Amino acid sequence: MRITRRAEFSASHVCCQPSLTLEQNRELYGAAANPSGHGHNYILEVTLEGEPDPVTGMIFDLKKLKDIIQQSVIEPMDHRFLNFEVPPFDKVVPTVENVAAEIWERLRAKIDGGGARLENVRLYETDDLYVDYTGDPS
Amino acid sequence: MMRVTRRYRFAASHRLHSEHLSEEQNRDLYGKCNNPYGHGHDYTLEVTVAGPRDRDSGLVAPIASLDRLVFEQVLQDFDHRYFNVDVPEFAKLVPTSENIIRVIENRLKARWQTVFPNGRPRLEAIRLQETKRNRFESSKAGVTDEGE
Repeated sequence: MRITRRAEFSASHVCCQPSLTLEQNRELYGAAANPSGHGHNYILEVTLEGEPDPVTGMIFDLKKLKDIIQQSVIEPMDHRFLNFEVPPFDKVVPTVENVAAEIWERLRAKIDGGGARLENVRLYETDDLYVDYTGDPS
Repeated sequence: MMRVTRRYRFAASHRLHSEHLSEEQNRDLYGKCNNPYGHGHDYTLEVTVAGPRDRDSGLVAPIASLDRLVFEQVLQDFDHRYFNVDVPEFAKLVPTSENIIRVIENRLKARWQTVFPNGRPRLEAIRLQETKRNRFESSKAGVTDEGE
């Protein structure tokens, strides 16, 4: 049994590696390398997997899940410039892949255990680009 | 696993008609889709790639490279075309969504190694939506029809 909770945040970022030229960064990241940054309305879908507790009938308390997502992701990232305001993105390029992996790490420890486990983090950067992360780096 | 999905759109027409069936059998099987002059759809195509993130770039794949590959191999030949007439693979192959996915897969694989050496990322899945009520997916499990 899986449950999926959706949340949204708006943030700006710039994708560039300081060791590369602007031209090389544009080749890798396209317009996302433009130096002053730009923003997205990110949509996050957090999927938990587990068996419903026989007493509560729930895999995980959705209110608690909402609070975890709010405290771990939405409050620190919403209406922020990721590169300047949200570590580790002062050192790590905030590609949609890296942001999804960072969200995974922030959520996993707070969710796993108690009959449920974090199964998937889906992060939409736009309607036309999203990533799914299941925690395995390969 | 990290999977990256990119969505594309194209508009194209097709007619479902098998040369192995009689006129009547074709009408029975394909219904309106067998109407003689064809008809069109706004297709939505999703291409999913999978692999490790590059440590420095943070990318599974440079999206510009994927976009260029999909444009050159698929979109520029399919968009605003009549499959049966304009796309050589469908001269004898019925352009169902299942077959369109197979052709897209072959076209992408034909240049995959050139664009993505070392097999990174790998092509994980292709999804094609003919209308909002029909979605087809090809993955390692093969084509599945998720229509109503």
